[in-house]
Formats: sequence, C-alpha cells, structure tokens
Amino acid sequence: MTPLASQVWLAVPVAVPLAAAGVHTAFRRRALSAWTGLLSPCAVLAAGVVLARAVLSGGHPPTAFRGVLRADALSVWILLVVGAVAALAAAAAPAHLAGERAAGRADAATARRYQVLVHAFLGAMCAAVLAANLGVLWVAIEATTIVTAFLVGHRRTRASVEAAWKYVVICSAGIALAFLGIVLLYYAARAAQIPEAQALDWPVLVAHADRLDPAVTRLATALVVLGFGAKAGLVPLHAWLPDAHSQAPAPVSALMSGVLLSVSFTAVLRCKAVADLVLGPGYTRTLLTATALLTLALAVALLLAQRDYKRMLAYSSMEHMSLIALGAAVGTPLAMSAALLHIAGHGLAKTVAFCASGHVLQLRGTTRIGRVRGLLARAPGLGTAFGLSVLALLALPPSGLFASELALARAAFAARFGWAAAAVLLLVLTAFAALAVRTAAMLLGDVPRVGAGPAASGAGVALQLQPAEQRLGVPPVAAEGTPQGPYRPAGDRPGPARLAPGTPAVPVRLGMAAGLPLVLGLAACAALGVAAGPLTDLLSAAALPGRP
Amino acid sequence: MSEGTYTQLLDLACGAFLLAAVVVLWQRKLTAIVRTFALQGVALAALPFLLGLHEARGELIAVAAGIGVLRTGVLPYLMRRALDSLVPAPVTGAGHRYVENVSEAWETQPLVNVAASLLTAALLTLLAYAVARPLVLLGPAPATRALPVGLAVMLIGFFVLSTRRRALAQVVGFLLLDNGITATAFLAASGVPLIVELGVSFDVVLAVLVLQILTTRMRTAFGTTDIDDLRELHD
Repeated sequence: MTPLASQVWLAVPVAVPLAAAGVHTAFRRRALSAWTGLLSPCAVLAAGVVLARAVLSGGHPPTAFRGVLRADALSVWILLVVGAVAALAAAAAPAHLAGERAAGRADAATARRYQVLVHAFLGAMCAAVLAANLGVLWVAIEATTIVTAFLVGHRRTRASVEAAWKYVVICSAGIALAFLGIVLLYYAARAAQIPEAQALDWPVLVAHADRLDPAVTRLATALVVLGFGAKAGLVPLHAWLPDAHSQAPAPVSALMSGVLLSVSFTAVLRCKAVADLVLGPGYTRTLLTATALLTLALAVALLLAQRDYKRMLAYSSMEHMSLIALGAAVGTPLAMSAALLHIAGHGLAKTVAFCASGHVLQLRGTTRIGRVRGLLARAPGLGTAFGLSVLALLALPPSGLFASELALARAAFAARFGWAAAAVLLLVLTAFAALAVRTAAMLLGDVPRVGAGPAASGAGVALQLQPAEQRLGVPPVAAEGTPQGPYRPAGDRPGPARLAPGTPAVPVRLGMAAGLPLVLGLAACAALGVAAGPLTDLLSAAALPGRP
Repeated sequence: MSEGTYTQLLDLACGAFLLAAVVVLWQRKLTAIVRTFALQGVALAALPFLLGLHEARGELIAVAAGIGVLRTGVLPYLMRRALDSLVPAPVTGAGHRYVENVSEAWETQPLVNVAASLLTAALLTLLAYAVARPLVLLGPAPATRALPVGLAVMLIGFFVLSTRRRALAQVVGFLLLDNGITATAFLAASGVPLIVELGVSFDVVLAVLVLQILTTRMRTAFGTTDIDDLRELHD
C-alpha cells in the first residue's frame, strides 16, 4: 500500500463520520433524510475491506500521520465489526425516529441531534480502534463517553438523567484509572530510553518490552485492566452498564452494547500484548480470569431475577463480555480467534436484539417483561426477529456465537483451563435458562384484549411510554401530515379504533424499514456461524497474540 | 536556579497540592470547595513550570500556562456557574431576608463525616507511598521522589467521589482524581506528549460541561442535586 493510500484509507473511518456529524450540525434548516446516516458506516466498511487486503498482503502494516493511526489485523477485524454494526444501527434509525416522532417524543431537532451525536460516536470509536498511540486511544474512548452522555439522557426523565449521570461519572472515573496506567507505562518506557514521541505507541512498546521495568508494568497493567474494563462492562466498575443500555435509544444501545464494549476491550488487549512480554502470560491471565468469572457470576445472578427486557439484554452483554475476556485470558491462538469471532457474533446478534426491543418498547409502551405477552401473536414479524436474536445470543446453531463458544470451550480445556471452563459452562447454562424463560414469557402467552392495556401505574424500574397500539386508536385526523410510524394494522382489516373493547387486537406488521435491518443482522450472524469465508485469514492473523 | 532551591520549591508545590486536596475534604460549603480546587490548580501548574525551568524546556512552561488557565480559570468558572444556577441569589429587600435556600450550596451530610474523612486521607496517603515504592526506585530524582503525592491526591479524589452526596462535590472529586493523575504524569516523566495532554484537557473540559448540564437537569427532574435521591434504576 502506498503511503498516500494508507493515509487516505486510515483517515476515512475517522474523518467521514466526523464530517457527517459536521454536516448534520450545519444543516439546521432543512432536515437531511435519516437514510443519509448509512453513508458513513458504509465508508467505514469500505475502508475496513481495503485495509484488510493491505494487512493480509504482507509487508509493513499501513500507518499514517506520523504513526498516530495504524492498522493491523486486530484493528481491521474490529473496524469491520464496528462498520457492520453501525450500518445495521443506522438502517434501524429511520424507523426508530419515525416511531418516536409519531409518538410525539421527538421532533426534527431531536432527530438532528441524534444524527450528530451518533456520527461523532462512530468517528470516536474508529479513532480508538486505529490509534497506535495509547494516549490517543484513551482520548478517543473518553470522547465516546462524552458524546453518548446525551444519547443516554435524551429523554430528560428522572430515570434518564440518573442513567446519564451514573454513566458519565463511573466511566470517566473508571477510565481515569486506565489513564494513570498509561502514564505509568510511559514512565517505564521513558526510563528505558525510548524517545518521547514514540514512548506511548504500543508497537514500539511491544518491540522494546524487554527493557521495561516489570514492577511498574505490573501496576500499570492492573490499572489498565480495571479502567478499560469499566468501559467494557467488567467488574468492579460495571454499574453504569444496565442503566445506560436500558435508557439509550435502541440503535444507540445496539452500538454501545455491540461494539463500544469490544472497542474498550481491544485497549485491554493492546496493553496485554505488552504486559505478557514483560511479565510473562501468567499475570494478565490471572487478572482477566478473575475479572471474567466475577463478571459472569454477577451477570447471571442479576439475569435470574430480571423483570425488564432491556436490562436483561444489558446483563447478557456483560455475560458475553466476560466470555470474551476469558478467551483473552486463555490467550492461545484458538482462544483468541474464538474471542474475536465472539465479538463479531455478539455485536450482530445484540444489535438485532436491541433494535427489536426498541420496537417492542414503541409498540407496547413498557419495558416490563410481564407486560409484554403474546408478542408472537400480536406482532408476528417483530416477535420472530426478537426470538431469533435471543436464540442467537443463546448460542444455538447456526448462530456465530455457537461456533465461537464451542471453540472457546475447546481452547480452554486444551490450555488446562478446565476448572474455569467448567464453572463458566455451569454459569452460561444458568444464563441460558434465565434468558430462555424470560423471552418465552414475552413471546408466548395470551394476547391481552383491546382496551385492557397496561394501567398507568408506578412501574418501578420499567420505562412507561404511551404504547403505539393506543396511539393508533385515535382518529386519523390527528395523524394527518405527520409520519405515521412503522406500525400499521395489517392489510385492509379494520383498525383497532373500530374494535369494541374485549376483542383480540389485530396483528401488527413490522414494515420494510424496520424489518430489513433485523433480517440482515440475523442473516449475517448465521452466515458467520456457518462459515467465516474470506474472513478466516483475517481472523487467524488477528488472533496471533503479541504480534505488533 | 540551584538544585537545592529547585528541590525545595518542588516539594513546596507538592505539599500545597496535597494540602489543597485535604482541605477539600474538610470543607462543607460548595463555593469554598470550588475555591480550594482552583488554588490546587495553581500548585499543579507550578509543577511543569518548575520542571521547565530546571530542564530548560520552553514547551513545559507553555504547558504550565495552559494548565493554569484550565484548572484555575475555566473549570472553577464552569462549576461556579452551575452552582449559581442551582442556588438562587438571595432576594434583598424588606421581608425577604430569610428565604434564601442554602441547602443546595452545602454538602449537608457526607456519607463519612469530616473527622473520619481526614483520617482516611492520612491512610490513603500512606497507601500511596507504599504503592509508589517501585515507581520511586525506578528513577530516583527529586521529582520522582515526590510522585506518591500525585497518587495520594488521586486516591483522595476517588474517596470524595464515592462519599460526597452533592452532584457538584462529586464533580470536584472527579477533578481531584484528574489533577492527581496529571501531577503524577509531570512528576514521573515531565508530562505526557503534547498531543495527548491537549486531548485529555479537551476531554476533561467537555466532561465537566456535560456534568454541569446534567446537574441542572437533575435539579429539574428530582428537585435536588443529592445523589442519594437517584433511585429510579435498580434491580
């Protein structure tokens, strides 16, 4: 790859989303179509493909801007996952925003702010993935916290403000610890006579690992795992995760859960590569195994008693992040490729699950599992998509998660991690049962009758919105001139407005705009499970531990 | 500047830096806490200034100026503005002298009382010295020997963050944490590279802006900025 081409293709994933955010800020008067949001994820994907070819063709990894940005197999893999998840989330955004607008919870300004923040979020994530300098990586990850704060707190309700506050305070304080770790690594590198300009570049640190002071590196690694672990949803600083993921708009929850957690975990992997060379693999292995097991146990305990389906999905993210951390702890090439495959499969499946849950929330007006019954009968398309996405998250074949969890178990037993693998297997099975029972309660069951909608009572943790079904009951005059949202009664059967209370509700069709991203996401997740195809080379290159 | 004067001034700045963090624990009035934080910024800016003079590096003195403006000017200004919007100005005039609502301006009941807080600060400082031993051993120099002070302030910041109940006191805790890390960076390695320093400062300003806006929203939604009242979300 020529230097110019590397500069261009490394700049595209960062610059295009940021430029899109700028354009959305500038166009105050005329609202751009929500579909323009697809442009920058496509640019990220294209850059990912080009960089993947460059990385796999051998030779020097592409670098740009005096080594600030750099692509290797791992960063390209994560970049592709970010692009794919962002494309699904961007495709789900128009239907989500139309639904919010139809409910009167959003207007043109809200939609514009949403687009600005989501694009800035995407740009910051891509910068974090491609940064070679650990300091720049930190700045980019902290920037994602700041940008998403107002997406988490977009409703201004008490629950929303509380979630945003906890999110910003816990994540900022948590990754401040990671910054201290990076400062200490810098100190060790400077003491090892590495020049100032390169002392934070992780490839340089990997190359000169033999000269770093072990005691300082040990402290730094612990701080980095703790700090970036906070942003990756690992204990002990995980408390923000269920709140933030349940309050954010559905496509943003998908991005946060599907890729932001993994991007932060990539930062841990970068430091692990350095620490393993300085301290031997035992130290990070112990640290990550302990963190992963604790996270998994906590997530499973809270999944067992969960009554809120968005929080259920959030805890399921913690469960999957702990599996990824365990893969990194095992650290063999097989375990690493399983962990990376798991990142991709989880990203896709969780995106579908969160986007579908957003539609369920708009349709039923509550996040309580107990109040969403008979989803399959009421909205067959939506119910099927949600059910399939949860099945994919449960790692049933042909989901990509099946392949990765199987490989992970094999790698763990091969690397004499039998006791940990057995504990994990037990916990994952418990989580399986909890998720399956909760989801079945949502999908099956009697269809509540028209007019017997949820009573507006104080519902504790659950979100209460005006359900779309009730909204559709108002005469069409109110809907004139405004977008109607994706929920229209099927065919030309009479709408619910004309039905007397007590008769079953008419099944709700999902609509093309809302359904297509879900179908595509499920298809991609299944394809990943059947055959990684052209991605196999990239995956095995990315899984080689500690190679700069 | 002779080596002795440099060491003495550096130790003086570090002492003032640590003292300011302890005084924050001691104070209960939020305006006083913000003022103390601004004074700590002066001590923090003195570190790169002294290092720059000692190592004859102009860019460190420029960084010192930037740090000074940010930590003694911009951040305290942002917090004072948030405080002003929370606490209505006292209404002057006959009959209105006692209506001022002061509860938002005070850290009424911290989770840990002041005496216990000061004791904890002492313990945290000892802990910082114990943890920092390998760091000091790696490169014994006057600046490196003062390094535990940065870690101590960081730990005290964490303590403030987890025990204070007013939203703004938590913001100060977060900023103490950040000051501690910045000081550690200067004392250990004369500061991180400029591009990282700039990015971090930018992030911190934005984070404080976001927290300021969220504080106002919290006041609107909950009627108070007491963190203990954030109880909507739980399992």
